[in-house]
Amino acid sequence: MTRAPQHPTRRPGAGRIARSAVTRLLGGGSTTVFALLIVIFVGIFTMNPAFAQPPSMLAFAKQAAPLVVLAVGQYFVIVSGELDLSVGSLVGAQVVIAAALIDGAESRTVPVLLLMVAFGVLVGLVNGLVTTVLRVPSIITTLGTMLVLYGAIRLWTGGAPTGALSEAFRRAGRGGIEGVPVVGQLPWAVLIAAAIAAAAVALMRAPYGRVLMATGDNDTAATYSGARVWRVRTTAFVLSSLLATVAGILIGGFAGVTAQVGEGLEFMAITAVVLGGVVLGGGHGAVIAAVGGALAMEALFTLFIQFDLPATIQPTVQGLIIIAAVAYAARRRSTHPS
Amino acid sequence: MRPPRALFVGAAALSLTLTACTTDLPDDEAGESPSPDEQDWFDQEEYEEQLAQRDIEPEGDPDEPWLQAIDPEYVDTSEFALEGADAEEPTVCFSNASVSNPWRVTGWITMQQQVEALQEEGEIGEFRVSDAADDDNQQISDIQAFVDSGDCAAIIISPSTTATLTPAVEEACESGAPVIVFDRGVETDCMVTFIHPIGGYAYGADAAEFLVDELEPGSRVLALRILPGVDVLEHRWAAAQRIFDDSELELIGHEFTEGDGAQIKDIVTQELQSGEVDGIWMDAGDGAVAGLEAFEDQGRPYPVIAGEDELSFLREWQENDITAIAPVYSNFQWRTPVLAATQILNGEEVPEEWVLPQEPIREDELDEYLDLNSDMPSLHYAKFGGEDLPGFPEAWQDR
Repeated sequence: MTRAPQHPTRRPGAGRIARSAVTRLLGGGSTTVFALLIVIFVGIFTMNPAFAQPPSMLAFAKQAAPLVVLAVGQYFVIVSGELDLSVGSLVGAQVVIAAALIDGAESRTVPVLLLMVAFGVLVGLVNGLVTTVLRVPSIITTLGTMLVLYGAIRLWTGGAPTGALSEAFRRAGRGGIEGVPVVGQLPWAVLIAAAIAAAAVALMRAPYGRVLMATGDNDTAATYSGARVWRVRTTAFVLSSLLATVAGILIGGFAGVTAQVGEGLEFMAITAVVLGGVVLGGGHGAVIAAVGGALAMEALFTLFIQFDLPATIQPTVQGLIIIAAVAYAARRRSTHPS
Repeated sequence: MRPPRALFVGAAALSLTLTACTTDLPDDEAGESPSPDEQDWFDQEEYEEQLAQRDIEPEGDPDEPWLQAIDPEYVDTSEFALEGADAEEPTVCFSNASVSNPWRVTGWITMQQQVEALQEEGEIGEFRVSDAADDDNQQISDIQAFVDSGDCAAIIISPSTTATLTPAVEEACESGAPVIVFDRGVETDCMVTFIHPIGGYAYGADAAEFLVDELEPGSRVLALRILPGVDVLEHRWAAAQRIFDDSELELIGHEFTEGDGAQIKDIVTQELQSGEVDGIWMDAGDGAVAGLEAFEDQGRPYPVIAGEDELSFLREWQENDITAIAPVYSNFQWRTPVLAATQILNGEEVPEEWVLPQEPIREDELDEYLDLNSDMPSLHYAKFGGEDLPGFPEAWQDR
C-alpha cells in the first residue's frame, strides 16, 4: 500500500539499465522534472550566456525561493489527497498585515513575525478541521478561505495596502551573507528555501511522511491500519499555511508591499507540484520533484523574458502545463496500474 | 508503451513552443510600428490636443488647481438651480468604481474631507456613496438604485469602464438630476460636466520626453506596464511609443507587471542580467521603488526613471539623487466633482469639459513636495491637493 516515494515509477523487473534510464527520464517522477529543468536552462544559457555566471544563478534561486517554499507546502496537502487554494490570498494577507502593523517601526518586527506565524497556523487549522471534521471538500474549504481572506483584507485596508515594512523584516527576502567567494552575496532566501526543502525530504521519510502518503493513497485503508486521518491531514494544511507565511515573509522582503502581492500564487504552486509529477488525488510523488517543478516554472518564465514574451502569456502556459502534466500522469497510471 | 509517453512530452513541449512563437511575432512588430490592435488606442487628434494643452495657461487661481480649467467652454446650469427648501442641504450621491489602488484611496479621502467642508457650510446635506469594487454590473445597479431612490439632487459618477457604463450614465441623465462624471470617461455627453486632468497621452509623453532628453542616443530603455486594455494606461503607452519611435533610444522590451512589486523586481533583475538598462518608463508609479531596488541589489547604477508622484518613489528619488521625473495624474481631481455639484445646484455655470491642469513633478520641485508631505505615508500622492481641508493631515495619515 505504501510505496517508497523516491521511486514511484520503477517497476519490478524493469531489466536493462538503458531501459531503466528511459523510464526514469520519461516516467514523470523527479528525474523527468529535473531533466526538463536542465533543458530549460540550456535554452536560457543559449539565449544569454551571461546567465550561467554564479551571481546570476543565485539571483534566479533567490527569485524562485518563495515559490519553492509554497510548492513544498502545497505538496504536503496534495500528497495527502487534498488541495490548498488559499495560499495565494494568505501570502497577500500576511504581507498587508505585516506592513500595516509594523508601519516602518523596526522594534515591531519580531512581535509581528510571531503574530504572522500564529495567524498562519490558525488559517491552516481552520482549513484542516473544516475539511476533515466537517467533511467539506478541501477545494471548497480553501476556496472559501481564499475569498474570506481576500475580502477581509480589502475591507480592513479599504482596498489598498497601508504602512511599510521595516528593514529588519525585509532582510530575509532581500539580504544575504555578503562577501562569499565566487558568488558574492549568498541570499538568505535561498538558504531558507534549501533548509525547508531538506526538512521536507526528511519529514517524508519519517513516520509522519509515510502515514501522510498512505492517507493520500487510500484513507480508508490508512484508517484501518491505525492512522488518525483527520489529524494527519489537518497537520498538512497547517504546514501549508505556515510555509505560505514563510513565502509571504520572503516575497514581502524581496519587493516590499503592493496591493497585488500573492495574486495567483496558489495556481503557481499547484502547477509546480503537478509539474513535479505529484499526482492530484494524493498518494504518489516525491517532495523533491515538487521543488524541481517550482524551479522549472520559474526558469520557464525567465526563458520567456529572454524571448521577450509578454508576461500576459503566463496564465496560458500554466494552464497548458497543468492539463498536460495531469493528463500525462493519469495516462501513466491507467497504463500501469500499481 | 514507451513511445506514447515520449510523444506526449514532445506534444506538450511543441505546444509550448508554438504558443511562444505566435505571440513573439506581433510583439516584435510592436517595437517597430504600431500593430492594428494598438492603433485602436491611438487617436492622433486627441494626442496632439493633449500635448498642446500642457502648454496652455489654465484659467483660475493657481493656488486652487482643482478649480482651474484649461480652455473651458462654460454651460448654463440655471435649470438645475435649487430653490427654497430644496436648496437646504441637498443630498449628493456618488457612485465610485472602487478604491482598489493607493491613488484612488488617496483621492477618496480628499473627496470625503471636501464633502465635510461643504457640509459645514450647509452646501451639501447627506453624501450617499456606493462602491462597486471594480465590478461593472455592480456599478450599473448602484447608479440605478440612486435613480430609483429619487433622493439625489446631483449624481457624481467615477465609471469603472468606459463603454459598459455608458447606458447607466445616460439613465442617470434622464432622471433629471445633474450628472457629473470624473476620471475615466463615458461615450455620451449627456452629463453636465466631465472632469478630468489632461489625460493619458500627456502623461506618457511627459515621461517619454524626459527619458529622450536625459539619455544618450542608443541607450536602452525598459517599459513596465501594469496591464493591457485599460484606456488611460493604453494612451500613456501609445504616446510613449510615438516618442520612442522618433528617438534614438533602444526600447529593449515592454512587460506587463500587474503593478506587483515582486514581478517588477523579478523582471528588472532579469533584464539587468541580460544587459544594461539605462532608462525605465512606467505607465504608473506603483512599484517604481521595487524596480529601483533591483538596481541597488545588483550593485548597478540607477537608471533614468519616470515614476509617479507617489511618496515612496519621491523619497527614493531624493535619497539616492536619481535622475527622475514624476508624471502626475492629478489626484486633486477628486475635490472637483463635489465642488462642481454645489456650483451646479446653485445655478452657477461650469465648464462642459472640465480639463484640470496636470503638471509633472520635476527635480527642482521635488524637495518642496516632499517637505509639504513629510508626515504622509509612503502610498500617499504628493499632488493630492487637500492641505486646506478639515482633518488635514490626520485624515490622510490614518488610512
